[in-house]
Amino acid sequence: MNPSFCGLGLAHPVINASGTFDAIAAHRVFGDALYEHFPFAAFVSKTVTVEPRQGNPPPRLWELPAGLMNSIGLPNKGLEGYLASDLPVLAELPVPLIVNVMGFTREQVATLVGAFAAREEVAALELNVSCPNVETGLIMGADPDEVSRLMNVVRPLTEKPLIVKLTPNATDPAAVAHAAQEAGADAVSLINTIRGMALRPGTDQPWLGGGTGGVSGPAVRAIALAQLVAVRGAVGIDIVAMGGVASGTDALEFLHAGAGLVAVGTENFRDPSAGSRVSAELDRLASRTPFSGAG
Amino acid sequence: MTAVRGERVQAPFGVRALRLTRREEYGAYVVLSGGDPDGPRPDPGQFYMLRSSERWGGGAGERPFLPRAFSVLRTGGDGEGLELQFLLEAVGPGTERLCELDAGEELSVLGPLGRGFAAPRPGHRVLLVGGGVGIAPLAIWQDRLDTGTTVLLGFRDAHHAAGAALLSGAVVATDDGSVGDHGLVTDLLESELDAGGEAEVYACGPPPMLEVVRAVCAERSVPAQLALEAGMACGFGGCFGCVVPSARGLIRLCLEGPVLDGAECSSETFAVAGMGHSG
Repeated sequence: MNPSFCGLGLAHPVINASGTFDAIAAHRVFGDALYEHFPFAAFVSKTVTVEPRQGNPPPRLWELPAGLMNSIGLPNKGLEGYLASDLPVLAELPVPLIVNVMGFTREQVATLVGAFAAREEVAALELNVSCPNVETGLIMGADPDEVSRLMNVVRPLTEKPLIVKLTPNATDPAAVAHAAQEAGADAVSLINTIRGMALRPGTDQPWLGGGTGGVSGPAVRAIALAQLVAVRGAVGIDIVAMGGVASGTDALEFLHAGAGLVAVGTENFRDPSAGSRVSAELDRLASRTPFSGAG
Repeated sequence: MTAVRGERVQAPFGVRALRLTRREEYGAYVVLSGGDPDGPRPDPGQFYMLRSSERWGGGAGERPFLPRAFSVLRTGGDGEGLELQFLLEAVGPGTERLCELDAGEELSVLGPLGRGFAAPRPGHRVLLVGGGVGIAPLAIWQDRLDTGTTVLLGFRDAHHAAGAALLSGAVVATDDGSVGDHGLVTDLLESELDAGGEAEVYACGPPPMLEVVRAVCAERSVPAQLALEAGMACGFGGCFGCVVPSARGLIRLCLEGPVLDGAECSSETFAVAGMGHSG
């Protein structure tokens, strides 16, 4: 498999979900072995915002049956810090770099897209639209018109591929995907985490410091598949599918359902080399049973 | 005052399986030993993410899903003969499953992770202060130090105090007075520090114990290195879940810790540390 996703010419169809792998931290922990056996065909960096963010107060994690709920809150160094200290390191990765950005207004997203448009280290941009537009109160990615307005502002700023990351917490993700396509998106990615909650045992108080959290892992795979199929029916552009992918079988299912790439997320937490394993399993499955219902 | 600390022993990239060679019980605790021919010799205070290679999941609440973080208790041999030991106590679905494992079965590990203890300042008396299952990193530290140590350990009761046999020369306190002193290990620490001499303290245990150790040492300007725990999903900086408040802001305990200098901790650090999601 040699996916031509957005013209990037990737070595295989497995990448990481944003916010599930910190390549800079992992290099400290695993050394150059990380680069020698880099698990993803492209690297999607953690969400960058204009201003630095400390993230949500702990506790930030809650284990679920077959999954995880997190309330991390997008900690990052801000655009300036990212450009100064993260980008030069991430540019050395052996695979193309996709930068994930988020703004609380369209102008903030435009600032981010504009800044990265000029950087040749960046192969593509992913727009995290799972946050509220503070001017309208609407979750940008939950409303097709909001996404159209956002794309109308940022599309003219760059020729780099723009990937709109859909939120599953929307009434109709397929309509949002269609709006993104019509406004010039090169691809959509789905699903982001699904909103959930846990209570501190024996109390009526939320466990997570952020109140609610995002559910991920194998528990959400069936939901991701249904949304993928709905979105595939609504758009012709490339799709990155994610949501509980933990094996080549899972990945192949998403590819069969119309994805061009598959992203591994929560499984990276259980094994940092999960991407390589999923890719290798996918290779074996695909050579055995090309598009004919594996297994 | 920040101690000079080496960056870390790096981990092989990816999860590997250890064949378990022994399972021993020390009262409430289980010690699992396994050969790790492909892993490096860890620093004292470093940790591993552990899970069983088979049947991980399907326990209470259909958990566990995530691996669990454990400081290495002790190492034996080196190179291809390297053996790792871990100290476990069954307190939830993950640790219950790990405690079931026996010789011949496989333990999946990722590590060594984090940054361990820094060497004591020359001429300082070394005090090792542990509570409960938190005595683990003190055992490997005692093994590796070429100086004598004073060991103070606290346990709930006699059943748990059986773990004191894992360190040599331990003075024990128990909550119920069934073994050793009736009281808190931090009371023993205060007496030791007040006996005089320049000391350096290394501690690991429940957050309330560590908070008292920090305060007791700070009052006397005694340097303390504290091994903490926090609920974490990955152990290598990916999930950003294990942050604790410190003098440097919120830091990822798996990357910057698990050993922190007492001077960079506050009571807020310990209010969050130990809030594991799992068991």
